Amino acid sequence: MLSVAIDLSFEDWREKARGLLQAGIKPSEVLWESEGEAGLFGGGNAIIPPPVHAPPKVPKEFVSLAHTVSHHSSPDRWGLLYEVLWRMTQGGEASLLKRSTDPTVARLARMRKEIARDVHKMHAFVRFKKTGEDPESGREQFMAWFEPDHRIMPLTAKFFQKRFTGMDWAIFTPTGSASWDGRELRLGPGVEKVEVPEEELDELWRGYYRSIFNPARLKVKAMQAEMPKKYWKNLPESDLIESLVSESRFRVDGMREEAPRPANAGGKNPYLKHLRDLDRCDDTVVLQPDDHVGRPLDKLRELAACCQACPLHGSATGTVMGEGPTDADIMIVGEQPGDQEDLVGRPFVGPAGQLLDRFLAEAGIDRSQCYLTNAVKHFKFVPKGKHRLHQSPSVDEVSRCKPWLVGELLQVNPRVLILLGATAARSLIGPGFKITRQRGVVEGTWLADRVVATVHPSYLLRLQNHSDREEEERAFLQDLKAAVTP
Amino acid sequence: MDLQRKLEILADAAKYDASCASSGANRRNSSNGKGVGSTGGAGICHSYAPDGRCISLLKVLLTNRCLYDCHYCINRRSSNVQRAAFTPAEVVKLTLDFYKRNYIEGLFLSSGIIRSADHTMEQVIEVARSLREDHDFRGYLHLKTIPEASVDLIEKAGQYADRISINIELPKEQSLKTFAPEKSLKRTRIAMGKIRHRVENAAEVRRERQGRRSPEGKFATGQSTQVIVGADDSTDQVFLKRSHDLYSNYRLRRVYYSAFSPIPEPSAILPLKAPPLVREHRLYQADWLMRFYGFEAGEIVSDERPNLALDLDPKLSWALRNRQFFPVDLNRAEKLLLYRVPGLGVRNADRILGIRRYGKIRVQDLIRLRVSLKKVLPFVITADHHPSSRELDHDNLRARFAPPPEQMELHLNTPGKGSPLGQVME
Repeated sequence: MLSVAIDLSFEDWREKARGLLQAGIKPSEVLWESEGEAGLFGGGNAIIPPPVHAPPKVPKEFVSLAHTVSHHSSPDRWGLLYEVLWRMTQGGEASLLKRSTDPTVARLARMRKEIARDVHKMHAFVRFKKTGEDPESGREQFMAWFEPDHRIMPLTAKFFQKRFTGMDWAIFTPTGSASWDGRELRLGPGVEKVEVPEEELDELWRGYYRSIFNPARLKVKAMQAEMPKKYWKNLPESDLIESLVSESRFRVDGMREEAPRPANAGGKNPYLKHLRDLDRCDDTVVLQPDDHVGRPLDKLRELAACCQACPLHGSATGTVMGEGPTDADIMIVGEQPGDQEDLVGRPFVGPAGQLLDRFLAEAGIDRSQCYLTNAVKHFKFVPKGKHRLHQSPSVDEVSRCKPWLVGELLQVNPRVLILLGATAARSLIGPGFKITRQRGVVEGTWLADRVVATVHPSYLLRLQNHSDREEEERAFLQDLKAAVTP
Repeated sequence: MDLQRKLEILADAAKYDASCASSGANRRNSSNGKGVGSTGGAGICHSYAPDGRCISLLKVLLTNRCLYDCHYCINRRSSNVQRAAFTPAEVVKLTLDFYKRNYIEGLFLSSGIIRSADHTMEQVIEVARSLREDHDFRGYLHLKTIPEASVDLIEKAGQYADRISINIELPKEQSLKTFAPEKSLKRTRIAMGKIRHRVENAAEVRRERQGRRSPEGKFATGQSTQVIVGADDSTDQVFLKRSHDLYSNYRLRRVYYSAFSPIPEPSAILPLKAPPLVREHRLYQADWLMRFYGFEAGEIVSDERPNLALDLDPKLSWALRNRQFFPVDLNRAEKLLLYRVPGLGVRNADRILGIRRYGKIRVQDLIRLRVSLKKVLPFVITADHHPSSRELDHDNLRARFAPPPEQMELHLNTPGKGSPLGQVME
């Protein structure tokens, strides 16, 4: 039996474990002890025999596991780690760590979890007290006392350094300490209990704790599961818990006995009146858009926001009406708002809109001088996973929405009308219209002096084949140019 | 009024907001700055109140004066509650003082509506601005926003905050009309749409610039909301459908369900009976099933059964109604089917997928994974276990899981063993 003592550092264990492994010493032949922790035999450090094997190769995953577990307070941590190391290298169980239900692997995983929880709780429950300010640098100085279950000061110091870089602080625990002065993070040995000063601010915090508690939903067990009693002694708020719990029932009974208060009408506040106006508009339900065709654009927009003539209003976010100068020379009509347009509430802001912008610029058309709108004013889609997939509107939906479009057309009264895609063209020209055969300038309609029908830019986006797309883009540009060529 | 009293009034006024998350912010720390603070990855709960809720953020209202008259709210204009208002500078100082002592992860700031939506937002934004710009504060900021506030102000709030939120409060427009007449579901959804668009646009800019800062990339990383359960007559189906709407259309990070609890200054319009807290818990479980377990709302609740069972968790309840899918062979079944086994969470199901590549799953493995055997065994096959078909078809199977009725007793030293509330947390 070889007795090996570790100075509590992972590096010391790693070096000794490597030596033992190369010397072919079985786990059952090693007695591990920790310096400074009481050992059973106190055998001191045996001399490790010379190597007979090549240096071992172990997965990174094991190194990180061993590093974490080395901070555990359980005295058998070194032996368990060595057993797994042996079995992975000499024992032919290279993928041992993957077998999470192996008793030793499971035990180590549990130890790692305990460390992680302890670290997390230390991040949470350390409480700094201000002790003063550095007379030279003016930096505020703080200190804290904390009692973790394991030797985790080295695992947590970095967190505090990165969070509290701008202040000087020191944390003391029974198994280690750390301090930061703005330049260097120092780790030191543990200390016996340190007294921390009281602060006036504690009373503010305790007042906050008392007030944020809702006595009507007492769940003491849930609180204790996350904040076990062992942490209470260093928390300034914990001595309130007992009385908050015992008073809660009376407080709730008191609320139940209060006489209910009637509603107060709210008076003539101008902002409330503004809200009531908004509500009145929201409460309007428009089922017959036909009734409103001749109204001015502002009114159309207001009424269209309340349109329930087809079921699309239920799932869409809102109505997306046209945008642009009321006296625009050119009006452009697409199919319906897409995902982005639905979110923002404006037409042609998504990918198809961006493509359209590019071609308008190429054709010499200034978008800001055009009135842009859609044949259907609500986004039609089906949710699929994280996405909302566009659906073509039905003939019925298009025809129910048509009065809004016609209303816009009558008000803008453009010289040039550009119809993008079959939905727009069929809505205004007729159900039999075929883009593929009748694209370009359309004669003989009442709609505008010049009417041009072409594809929708989203059609261009869908084309996969490079040469097809180039050809279609050329034709699209030609149609746009035809719209504005005198 | 002294600061202590103000803090007590304005924390008391804020406690009905369940949101406590301090996670999901962009990673940052104070190592290269003058100020304090860091965020990143998981949030930290710095304390717990006896209501079981975590205390992660300083959660306060800027003021509890309010023009609105929401009947479930203690701060409504008809209430006689004592009113107070912080100055922005007071909130800034409290936040920094608490933060430097490691009491909190940051600030959750909301406010009663004073004067107008825009005026209120400007006050809230001033606190955020001062923390970020005057004090280089890098902790977590959650700002409540108001749907009627102007787009510019929501943009500003989003630039300072990690999380912004608008509470929908109630799941139906009709209920809002009755209980919160100044609020509108329609306006809230429109505002949420704009926020989602901005959140995604900023995330894309950050990806493209790979960490290099730009004004377009500076925006909150997500939005959340809260609904109050049991104030109106909405069924669980209505709640879950609304949550589905908000998750899929506006990609909310979280929908918080808050069981309506009795408040001082009760309104004459609202029913005084509080719903069982367990209903809130069941809604959270159902919400989880929809988001992480591949369940559709229609599988959990339906027109025939619009409410969740209170005595069983929704997954077990589903399994008992759909016994034809069981037993599931843990050594063969695909992932999504493992997710449907009562008592198996996503993590344990994933572990089982990992373990079974190296050997057969046995009951011993389930014990080591700390799975509840009582719950799992009737529904699964392992190398050494096969439930009898009689057991699975037995009429009494449901009764085996339902908790026995017991007296409710809660005390600090004997915390509700077997009580309905004790069950909720297990």
